[in-house]
Amino acid sequence: MKEILEILEQNGRATPEQISAMVDKPLSEVKKAIKQAEKDGTILKYKAIINWPKLEKEDIWALIEVRVAPQRGVGFDAIAERIYQFPEVYSAYLVSGTYDLSILVRGRTMQEIASFVAEKLAPLEQVQSVVTHFLLKRYKEYGETFHAPKETNRRLPITP
Amino acid sequence: MPNASPTSTQALDNLISQKVATLPPSGIRKFFDLLSSMEDVISLGIGEPDFVTPWHIREAGIYSLEQGYTMYTSNSGMPELRQELARYLELHYGVSYHPEHEILITAGSSEGLDLVLRAIINPGDEVIIPDPCYVAYPADITLAGGMPIPVPTNERNNFVVRATDIEARITRKTKAILIGYPANPTGAVMSKKEADAIAELAKKHDLLIISDEIYARLIYGVEHICFPGLTGMKKRTILISGFSKSHAMTGWRIGYVAADRRFIQALTKIHQYTLLCAPTMTQMAAIEALKNGETDVENMVQEYNRRRRFMVKRLNEIGLACFEPKGAFFAFPSIEAAGMNSEEFAEKLLLEEKVAVVPGTAFGSCGEGFVRCCYATSLPNIEEALRRMDRFVRKSSLRLK
Repeated sequence: MKEILEILEQNGRATPEQISAMVDKPLSEVKKAIKQAEKDGTILKYKAIINWPKLEKEDIWALIEVRVAPQRGVGFDAIAERIYQFPEVYSAYLVSGTYDLSILVRGRTMQEIASFVAEKLAPLEQVQSVVTHFLLKRYKEYGETFHAPKETNRRLPITP
Repeated sequence: MPNASPTSTQALDNLISQKVATLPPSGIRKFFDLLSSMEDVISLGIGEPDFVTPWHIREAGIYSLEQGYTMYTSNSGMPELRQELARYLELHYGVSYHPEHEILITAGSSEGLDLVLRAIINPGDEVIIPDPCYVAYPADITLAGGMPIPVPTNERNNFVVRATDIEARITRKTKAILIGYPANPTGAVMSKKEADAIAELAKKHDLLIISDEIYARLIYGVEHICFPGLTGMKKRTILISGFSKSHAMTGWRIGYVAADRRFIQALTKIHQYTLLCAPTMTQMAAIEALKNGETDVENMVQEYNRRRRFMVKRLNEIGLACFEPKGAFFAFPSIEAAGMNSEEFAEKLLLEEKVAVVPGTAFGSCGEGFVRCCYATSLPNIEEALRRMDRFVRKSSLRLK
């Protein structure tokens, strides 16, 4: 099961037939395992990693450090949920260190992000402070590099 | 340089030594030339990892340059590298070598093999090798003044040499048995039972074993048999290996020989007059590979294993019967279904379907009827190559009828 997931994590488009050959398990078993994982939420979704900068149609992204006051009984989870429910929030993490939540926000314009921070995020009662960092350039995401030089095959075509 | 055939070199050029002039050119050379003139070829003919050396190892190489490690090291190699290596060999194979006297760092295992053969062979000495085997074995033995004595292997014994077949070829001139498992080109591994039988033979006839274990880490579902680890074999085994395959470091040229000190002393003598020492930057990178490279090796092995299963399954499906290769990154399918010999198969497959494989005959006459397919390439490449091979095999068997 773990190996099937690892293969899908690397390539969401790997077919059950391919996976079955790679892990040396019957096709039916692989299909069943994938279906089960999709059903129970082990596989959340299949997505593509798009190199938007290449099309020069990049959205504006900001990484926001948020300090919040934890609440009795629920800790950080309740306020985290209030924040991550906003569709502008792309990722949200609870982190250790000088602030509590690290959120990645996506918008079409800088203005859109500014108003999200000013009108939605900062006014929340538990939010004590926010520090917004606009992303200038993306180098690597999900293990994939954006600006790496085009992969050239450096191997000789035939070697002993 | 003009493309002179070996015979014309013999006839015309007195300035080239007889030994070199008569040495046959590597069987893969021809395909290399053919391939270079073609585009969109998928090559399963490559004998090296498709992974780039892990970043932390490359970074260690860069750092060594920044720090100015640009001088010679000791002939035997940096002490720290030899210590790390001794630890590594002990940890993985349970063999212990003294880092100071029993390990020599070489520029790739290729240098190690050359040194060993030159150090042990007297003119006319015979060295037994499996057929098929890695292309350099017979050539290096010949260059060292010895006689390669091939022992046939076949599909029935999974291309592993059998002690009885070896024994039949032992003469008074036999000096050593040179083996390399997991094997290039077949992907075969040697079982403990077979290895023990060969070890007994070596003891009985007082022979040396030269064990090329460059593919030792690329092994799937079985345990690697480290030859010097067999009972009583350390003192008569010369272990040759390196980092090229395990840590994807082919271009760095770094390897080692581990053996009893009398051999290492002899090897070091040649090494100090020829190489002096393995490249310093490369040695620094190898230290990093040994210290922090385990996860990389494991990840690469896992990835190779997936491709291996995929390739072997597909080969069998398209009618190219293939025994399960349990090591290295090669599959060695029979091409009987296509009704042609290995060279013809490889050449036609390249011209008609633009897939490069290496004919089994490049590795010895017993490779006839087989081709070497390397799965150290991306899965989409393997898939496409096999799709084309499927088409080719079906076309060929139709032509047969």
